[in-house]
Amino acid sequence: MSEEQTIQSELLGKFPCLQDKVRLQRARRVFAEAPSAQIGKVFDFAVRDMGFSILCAITGLDLGGELGVIYHLARDSGVVLNLTTAVSRDCPRLQSVVSYFPAAEIYERELIDLLGFEVQGLGPGPRYPLPDDWPAGQYPLRKDWQAPAEASLPQESEEKDV
Amino acid sequence: MSDAREFKIPIGPQHPALKEPTSFTVTLSGEKILQVGVRLGYNHRGIEKACENRSFIQSLYLIERVCGICSHSHSSCFVQAVEEIAGLQPPPRAVYIRTIVAELERIHSHLLWLGVAGHEVGFDTLLMYTWRDREIVMDLLAALTGNRVNYGMNTFGGVRRDISPEQKADILKAMDALEERTKYYISIATEETTLIKRLSGVGMLSHPDAIRLGAVGPTARASNVPRDIRKDDPYAAYDQVPFEVITNDHNDVYGRTLVRVGELMQSYKMIRHLLNNLPDGPIAVKAPRKMPAGEALSRYEAPRGENVHYVRANGSEKPERVKVRAPTLANVQAVAHMLKDRYLADLPIVVAAIDPCFSCTDRLIALSQGQSSQPGVITWAQLHDYSIQWHRKQGIDFGQLNKSFTCGELT
Repeated sequence: MSEEQTIQSELLGKFPCLQDKVRLQRARRVFAEAPSAQIGKVFDFAVRDMGFSILCAITGLDLGGELGVIYHLARDSGVVLNLTTAVSRDCPRLQSVVSYFPAAEIYERELIDLLGFEVQGLGPGPRYPLPDDWPAGQYPLRKDWQAPAEASLPQESEEKDV
Repeated sequence: MSDAREFKIPIGPQHPALKEPTSFTVTLSGEKILQVGVRLGYNHRGIEKACENRSFIQSLYLIERVCGICSHSHSSCFVQAVEEIAGLQPPPRAVYIRTIVAELERIHSHLLWLGVAGHEVGFDTLLMYTWRDREIVMDLLAALTGNRVNYGMNTFGGVRRDISPEQKADILKAMDALEERTKYYISIATEETTLIKRLSGVGMLSHPDAIRLGAVGPTARASNVPRDIRKDDPYAAYDQVPFEVITNDHNDVYGRTLVRVGELMQSYKMIRHLLNNLPDGPIAVKAPRKMPAGEALSRYEAPRGENVHYVRANGSEKPERVKVRAPTLANVQAVAHMLKDRYLADLPIVVAAIDPCFSCTDRLIALSQGQSSQPGVITWAQLHDYSIQWHRKQGIDFGQLNKSFTCGELT
């Protein structure tokens, strides 16, 4: 059995809800889609028990009715587990993973700024990557977001002194 | 509650010592750094969103401009993801050429870094030497691709330019010259007491901290973390070329220097191997305009560390989502950690030691002449004369001022 097949088998053995939701795309690439209620447990199992000790990145997605998130977790062997979940667009709430990976902070702040996620357990800190005066409720990576017309952008004379 | 003897100073976002717009809020007690707050995002250009409104091929050229130094890293990472989605197999020759350009890019990036590091510690002779030698590889890249950076070498299904036998000979000759120069830099790095003492113990990042904070690239490898995507998750031709992953256990800026000069030596060997085993055959296969629905995660060992691209396609000619995680982002927390309890004077070299990315496209080698659609190459002397004539038309005559400053002195 290949390493990827073993990963698939371990995930299905521990989480029957992942039946038909684990895909081996190619060598060293596993995709798994977990229900939002289970994502915390699957993430914890992958990191603590399966050796996925590297967080490559976190990707946020606008899936239409829902917002999606993918945790790209890797092992030293080069295998990447792309762990996906989707949450309601009206209440896009995630639990922070900074207790597992301190470097996740910047990726989670990006989810907040660009897609409007609410990340519980993430401490205070500077926003990323949008400017401090970016209007509230404007999430550029949402599909229905339109860039404001140039005329409505703040003019230099209107900017506050800092 | 803050101590009355503590004070905060803002460094950046625009600062003469930092080439990138990044803001550090440094809390000091005397000269000692107590805490560092990092604010990023000043260079955010919305490239991921912009890709969603462009075709895949337009996005490729935009993605290449994420970075001015590791442009090939980003375009390669992106094409790999799209090719996986589309089921495209670039021909072996194309894969080798991609890898050769990738290693040439690493050489120019590491030589650039060595110069910056020298400059940040007051060793400007090293800056002058390395940047002079870097011109050798910049000229090679320009000859191979038509540009010093933003090479436009990749396309979906292969590469856009072949390597001729004459170019192969030029590259091999240049590798010999650069290898000799790098041996000299290694001797400086291992024998020059002033440099060793200035870099040793500065910007410490222990092995456990490098793993915990997710450091990547030479920053991690200098803390003895043997992670290198070329070896761990091979792409392009890296599973067919012998090389060593260079690590070091100094855990400091000195270790990061030794890792990078060691990696330069590996790159020369790899390029020789790739050129001497370059497969025959085509350099590209035809790619569709519309990509099938699917997703892929691509990893790439850029000069600064692991580069990550996620691409999702929806069956149209435009990507549904493009996500880019450049290596500097992964090293930011490590930098803040390295600076804690250290002296303010070490901040420039500690920040520079992760090799934060900045653009360096400040030289022209080819210009469109007037209204002609034919591009032409002009010499430095012609460019100088053109500049004088252009300003004269605007009513400014530098000719008198420049009488003693002839073009001959510049070349």
